[in-house]
Amino acid sequence: MYIIVGGGGKVGYYLTKGLLEEGHEVLVIEEDPRRAEQIADELGDIVLVGKAEESLGDAGTSRADMVIAVTGDDEDNLAVCQLAKVRYHVPRTIARINNPRNEAIFKRLGIDATVSATSAILAQIESEMPTYHAIPLLSLRAGELQLVEVRVPTGSPAVGKRIADLALPPGVIVTLVISADGTPRAATPDTRISVEEAAVAVTPTEAEPALRRVLCGQPATHPT
Amino acid sequence: MRVVIMGCGRTGAELATQLDRRGHEVIVLDLAQSAFRRFLRHDFKGKARVGNGIDQDVQRRIGVASADVFVAVTQGDNRNAMAAQIARHIFGVAHVVCRIKDPSRAEFYRDLGIDTFCPAVISTELLLGSLLGERV
Repeated sequence: MYIIVGGGGKVGYYLTKGLLEEGHEVLVIEEDPRRAEQIADELGDIVLVGKAEESLGDAGTSRADMVIAVTGDDEDNLAVCQLAKVRYHVPRTIARINNPRNEAIFKRLGIDATVSATSAILAQIESEMPTYHAIPLLSLRAGELQLVEVRVPTGSPAVGKRIADLALPPGVIVTLVISADGTPRAATPDTRISVEEAAVAVTPTEAEPALRRVLCGQPATHPT
Repeated sequence: MRVVIMGCGRTGAELATQLDRRGHEVIVLDLAQSAFRRFLRHDFKGKARVGNGIDQDVQRRIGVASADVFVAVTQGDNRNAMAAQIARHIFGVAHVVCRIKDPSRAEFYRDLGIDTFCPAVISTELLLGSLLGERV
């Protein structure tokens, strides 16, 4: 495949290196001439110097299979991907985003996929913190739905109740229950959740705090 | 009319002042408070707010959803285009205007339904008019 990478920072560099190792044709567009030279020294003559959104015309973008924009600025990544998509009809565009909230607008404007390191890092940190009982696993439908894992703590009013008897917010579906030793079972309306078990549920994003209250029995203390 | 202006540089501040003098409700947004001190005229009575206009939480906070017009005139083309498209597609603002300095991309965003203007194109037209008596 011919892949154009917008931005030769750390992410762009390692991404390009990986793509080259997989045998793809790759072009990196990097604005800073010194940084561009560094990359060319290490990875070969695959760097175009310039602002990515102004250089797509010189990059053979029309024949690109994929454009991946990974600068540190969401607005630049959006501009590059939008141009690639609309003007050059690139089949697949992927943008790095820093503000996880931007996922919706990127999808709305036709960007095929967004990757948010911030979300990934937050999720990882939250999963390591015992005070947080809800772990975001996956964002679905451009952020409208979330797949979350909720650990049911001691003292929660949900302990021992049938799922059908919980006052779950509208639109929430509990799909799995995972026991404390890690054994999963499919959730049915008759499933009862014990202390320290985890429920995996799909929830509308705005109902996530309410879901957490039902399963954990405490006011939302989530920072986001 | 309720107008949100993102970017309080010379253009943003002057537009804010002129609209305010004509009785419109104006909110001007910039990343730096110093921009308000530097560029807004003394008689400006609208609101000045610090915040990042490409952050939709900021747009929500300052009430972009109830604006009739959103104008993006920061120094960055990409910032202007992104903010304008958030105002249009997330908050449903009917009239969205943005400055795009790169003529080719001004056309690109215009085709996507954003009201864009390009200072280089406008200056060129004015210069041609002045030098050659042409009207474009």
